[in-house]
Amino acid sequence: MPEIPPTQDSVIHARGLTKCFGAMTAVDGVDFDVAPGEAFGFLGPNGAGKTSTMRMIGAVSPVSAGTLTVFGLDPARQGARIRARLGVVPQADTLDNELTVMENLLIYGRYFGLPWNESRRRAKELLEFVQLTDRSNDQVEPLSGGMKRRLVIARALINEPALLLLDEPTTGLDPQARHLLWDRLYRLKQRGVTLCLTTHYMDEAEQLCDRLVVMDKAKIVAEGSPRQLIEQYVTREVLELRFNRDEGEVGGIAADDSAHIDHQLDGLAERIEQLPDRLLVYTADGDATAAAAFERGLRPASILVRRSTLEDVFLRLTGRSLVE
Amino acid sequence: MLALRLSPPLALTRPTRLVARNLLVYRRGWMVVVSGFFEPLFYLFSMGFGVGSLIGAVALENGSTVPYAVFVAPALLASSAMNGAIYETSNNFFYKLKYAKLYDAVIATPMSLSDVARGEILWALMRGALYVIGFLAVVGVLGLGGLGLISSPLGILAFPAAMVVGFGFAGAGMAATTFVRKWQDFDIMQLAIMPMFLFSGTFYPISAYPPALQIFVQCTPLYRGVHLIRALTTGTPDVWIAVDVLYLITMGLIGLWIVGKRLNKLLLS
Repeated sequence: MPEIPPTQDSVIHARGLTKCFGAMTAVDGVDFDVAPGEAFGFLGPNGAGKTSTMRMIGAVSPVSAGTLTVFGLDPARQGARIRARLGVVPQADTLDNELTVMENLLIYGRYFGLPWNESRRRAKELLEFVQLTDRSNDQVEPLSGGMKRRLVIARALINEPALLLLDEPTTGLDPQARHLLWDRLYRLKQRGVTLCLTTHYMDEAEQLCDRLVVMDKAKIVAEGSPRQLIEQYVTREVLELRFNRDEGEVGGIAADDSAHIDHQLDGLAERIEQLPDRLLVYTADGDATAAAAFERGLRPASILVRRSTLEDVFLRLTGRSLVE
Repeated sequence: MLALRLSPPLALTRPTRLVARNLLVYRRGWMVVVSGFFEPLFYLFSMGFGVGSLIGAVALENGSTVPYAVFVAPALLASSAMNGAIYETSNNFFYKLKYAKLYDAVIATPMSLSDVARGEILWALMRGALYVIGFLAVVGVLGLGGLGLISSPLGILAFPAAMVVGFGFAGAGMAATTFVRKWQDFDIMQLAIMPMFLFSGTFYPISAYPPALQIFVQCTPLYRGVHLIRALTTGTPDVWIAVDVLYLITMGLIGLWIVGKRLNKLLLS
């Protein structure tokens, strides 16, 4: 595992952090540090332990073992002080459906102890920031998924947090809503807000995170910047090959053919990954490899050359794809 | 700095933030509150004056007799305080806890679980107070019209006494609700509330029961509430009113303690 950066001044500092629910271990001794102003991500499939980690950082879930400090404070004893400086965007929208858009922010500000007029001032500003001003007096229920998410983000910012925790911020949103949300998060980052987010979208991790850890089965399996991870674990490019088979397997590769294809690609690629519907050929130069394979008589139904992504890193590390 | 030092401790002010939230919600849903206000009044008119006209006078525990409406009015006041507390701490609290996930969002702020519990109990008491004040106002108007239902100056204590009843049931009701898994479970709660309302010496003296049953009824919380308020409004206090107050406050405190434990298990896992 790559070296962990220095611990002093870390916004979040975790060593051997563990969370158990009965006999089940949701988070199994993870180490990480988040520096001020950084955008830090947890990338992994559902059930990898991301949400459990976020809840422990948010001081709403007791740590089972190991050490965790947030702003240098202990969540078990100083939870309220930690939460006072946190913004939390939970996976499920926990908006108050009995209140209007404006009231949601106003009351949330009150929970943080803001005076009414200050809470109202910030609420107006934040509705502007997330482009919901014209919905101020509407009920929350009829808002679209993207609007609700933006409102939750506005709510998380009412206390002007130093650290924003986002648990799968864009899951279930359409591409347009995602990009608007990313843009807002990027602006927050520029203002110096530390972001800590979980995602199972590699493009989201690549877009937003300076540094991330890949989690699988309650453990951290890799750490680094998106670029570092791709350089370290996979090649620059990927050649994707699909084969049409007549005998029953649509797009699949029969076992006897597989050996044959492997032979044709032998020496051309650093690594070959066989998926149910296609072959991933990891190589520095996708076009050159494709040409070489063609010369050896390989005739795939389709060829695609693309840059490697974190998805490939995940596949390499765990042998499984991220989104199934 | 001075203002800071004079401001009340956070443990007292934080629960009121949740009360403010509930007030905002009820600003639009005030009809629900109003319906709870009329219920005991309807009972007062139908039972107290209607049935009461057939019955005439009823003997109190000390042997003196009072008109039936005077007998039944304090019991309805106690029941009203109970109902106000139960309405809020059963269905409403359950909805906010399990469906609206309100408290999941609240505890992500500096608000603690005990702030949540205290805030909701306070709110339930405020709603109960509204019913009690409404009921007492009607009783007051009737008194001006010559239909005196409160025959003692001690009756002035009926209001704080009703708040004690409300606190006891709010704590117990909220504690019970933390064990509820589905809406149907509330039928079981009603199975405890309804007989208490009917059989706790509310509509007739418990001397109608055999001695063993009398002792059992005397151990139930609504009986203690009825006994307390009736002793005050009819001016017949005895040493047992100390037991009433102690019983109800203890019930409320134990309820709050259970709520704290249960919310910890339900929300902070």
